[in-house]
Amino acid sequence: MAQKTIAGVTVDVTDDGYLNDYTQWSQDIAKELAKEEGIELTDKHFEVIEFLRKQYEEGTALTIRKVGKSGVTDIKGFYQLFPGGPLKKASKIAGIPKPTSCV
Amino acid sequence: MDNNEKNHKIKKVAVICAKGNLEDVYASLVLANGAVMDGMEAKLFFTFFGMDAIIKKRMNKLQTASVGNPALRLPNGARMPKWLGMIPGMQGMISKMMKKEMDKLDVPPVDEFLDMITAGGGEIYACQLAFDMFKLKKEDLSEHVSDILTVGEFYEKASGEDSQIIFT
Repeated sequence: MAQKTIAGVTVDVTDDGYLNDYTQWSQDIAKELAKEEGIELTDKHFEVIEFLRKQYEEGTALTIRKVGKSGVTDIKGFYQLFPGGPLKKASKIAGIPKPTSCV
Repeated sequence: MDNNEKNHKIKKVAVICAKGNLEDVYASLVLANGAVMDGMEAKLFFTFFGMDAIIKKRMNKLQTASVGNPALRLPNGARMPKWLGMIPGMQGMISKMMKKEMDKLDVPPVDEFLDMITAGGGEIYACQLAFDMFKLKKEDLSEHVSDILTVGEFYEKASGEDSQIIFT
């Protein structure tokens, strides 16, 4: 298992750079991870991240469609917040596992 | 991923959908949407019977063939007898079941799928030849169709470095 120091904290990550344990996540870690993806996090980003983390906690498999129906943002907004792979990038920044869905 | 895969990521995908069966259309939609989801450029080109997927009145009524479809199985896994597929209403029932199962996996109806693809920056095109042949009008087509293209124009749209063309 790989380890990585993000925002001064050493966390376990997968080969793809996803956090292995979502409880090790913090807002500072999110900001660092977002920077690596070239994203500056705003309040709106954090609203989406919170939604994703909550869904993950509840054991829901995440899809772009679910985010679009979340009431937090629509699909277009989601793509604008996390350009070039919104579900994967947002999941990574939210400290939850890489999404496995095909939709 | 080995190094070759890492250095040559697909940047652009052009998907051609020429069939109007539910499963063929969905294969095209999933491929195009999947490309958009992963940050690739995606162009979706509908032709011949695949046009049904972008004809407003037909797009959400696509069906899976109950006759001439040897892969069809009964819920218990046994091969579906040929005569059963010929019973009136069977094709509609099978298609309804397919849609229900896909909905469980969060796969949307066709119109919503096109919304998703275009919201992510994917582009939808119709084929000029099929458009003329089926005597269609522009207003018959979904508003997500951004243009009606000849084959040459399609190839232009599909070209580029690390670009792939997929025919479903």
